[in-house]
Amino acid sequence: MSGFEQGRWRRLHPLSPLVHAGRLLIALAVVAAPSAALGHGAWESLGQLGTVVVLALLGLVAWLVTRWRVDGDDLRIETGLLRRSSLRFPLKQVQAIDIVRPGLARLFGLAELRLRMAGSTGGHARLAYLPAREADRLRRQLLALGQGGVEEPAEPDEERVLLTVPTSRLVAAIFLSRVGLLAAAMLGGLVTIAVVSPSATRGVSGGSIVYALAAVTGLWRRFNGAYRLTVAEAPDGLRLRSGLVATTAETIRPGRVQAIRMVEPLLWRPFGWCRLEVDVAGRQRAEHEGGPERRQLRAVLPVGGRDLAQALLERIVPDAPGERRPPPRLVLLKSPLRYHHLSWGRTDSCVVTTSGRVARTTDWVPLAKVQSLRRVQGPIQRRLHLVTIHLDTAGRNVHAALRDRHVAEADPALGRLVELARAARAAPSSRPTV
Amino acid sequence: MRRVEVGFAAAAVAGVAGGLAAWGSGWWGAGVAGSVLLGGLAAEWFVRRRVRAWAYCERADDLLVRRGVLFSRLSVIPYGRMQFVDVRAGPVERAFGLATVRMHTAAAASDARIPGLSGKEAARLRDRLAELGEAMAAGV
Repeated sequence: MSGFEQGRWRRLHPLSPLVHAGRLLIALAVVAAPSAALGHGAWESLGQLGTVVVLALLGLVAWLVTRWRVDGDDLRIETGLLRRSSLRFPLKQVQAIDIVRPGLARLFGLAELRLRMAGSTGGHARLAYLPAREADRLRRQLLALGQGGVEEPAEPDEERVLLTVPTSRLVAAIFLSRVGLLAAAMLGGLVTIAVVSPSATRGVSGGSIVYALAAVTGLWRRFNGAYRLTVAEAPDGLRLRSGLVATTAETIRPGRVQAIRMVEPLLWRPFGWCRLEVDVAGRQRAEHEGGPERRQLRAVLPVGGRDLAQALLERIVPDAPGERRPPPRLVLLKSPLRYHHLSWGRTDSCVVTTSGRVARTTDWVPLAKVQSLRRVQGPIQRRLHLVTIHLDTAGRNVHAALRDRHVAEADPALGRLVELARAARAAPSSRPTV
Repeated sequence: MRRVEVGFAAAAVAGVAGGLAAWGSGWWGAGVAGSVLLGGLAAEWFVRRRVRAWAYCERADDLLVRRGVLFSRLSVIPYGRMQFVDVRAGPVERAFGLATVRMHTAAAASDARIPGLSGKEAARLRDRLAELGEAMAAGV
């Protein structure tokens, strides 16, 4: 079967409202079941039934008024009954395409297609839900259209798997993270209380159950988000797949990576582990994703050894700088905690900087992606003849900063970086990889 | 521009305070008026330095904006990276025929604002930036 023909309006899958309301329905059933079983007043059950019917109707209407089509180089979505909105997404500006499949959707063989755009606010196309196979085909077609107007979707192309994260290591890493430690501390506290004074346990556990739940949810999200994460290289971009119950498949288009960050938390350092994150343009992710997820970048490598990270890095940034220059010793006075982590280096196409007080972060920014440069000097820095140079990118929150360099070094470097960035802009897309 | 604003505010407050002082005809009122005036003068000094430090320079490929006294900042914004330029004039600015030009890039952090330009200069800068931006446009 060929791709989706142009210009014809299509609907989402008829089961979408059910999946949308899925969680709510389950919650409602949990609430309603005991009362129905105990034979409470008919009025009460009738009220609950009414709620369900209203919800179902709303979902049905939302489904009825939503339609989409591929129109030339655009994806168009029309939705809304009272507030009708017609959205147009130029495929040339797509940064990444995700296929998200919550547990319930998987049960029905459905998937949600999500297009990430470069815009700073809410510019996300969401098609929830499509049949899984169709979603995959549409993804391929949209990517092909965005890349230069190939009408037919490419064949299910071969991809080269770069790495898979082992589950045992992931679990260990999560327990050594901040959330994991917090949960462990809480559990430990509860157990201690239970041992010391069993009578007090009831009250305490009742109060802390909310926090415990939050911690468990956080842990679960992290675990699920990174479970069996597989990174593969394909002609249409870098593919990331992960998830145990809810699965995500992400495709990051070539040349859309704005910056890369490697984080090495203190507790992971004995194991030589690190996390590698990529930053894509556009500031927010979909609104229903949790807070931590929204702030956290997409981890290409949730946990892994340095050599693995290095290999992956070379795939994404071919020309990463090797040597780095340490900061002047004076910086010990200004930022004693950071001093040991500060350094920077560059090649003609990429800048690397390291920083961080407790966890060490290393940022790589391709010069072709630099939006603007800033030189900032605070009052203390001026005393010490230091200066910080920021390299801003369009990404969410990675930006490289040459922190606390001596003026004599930084000013010529700034001039040079401006020139190099200009040269990198002028020679676009010469880099073959992502 | 800011200088005008602060000077204006200080004078107005001083005037009101002076009026109050005259009305109350006590040392107390006069003291208040005096301290307000002093505060205004101090603010005037700060703002003057701030305004002096604010400068911009149009180069062949990029725009430089320098600002700040205590924290000195210098932004380099390539014309090709400019997403849009906006010119704003608040009520006080308008009263003096001034405007603020602001450049936006795809990065949230790059901040280039040039306040207190005359209306004519602001329009010229806006048109020139838009023109150069179009000529050198580079993608995200």
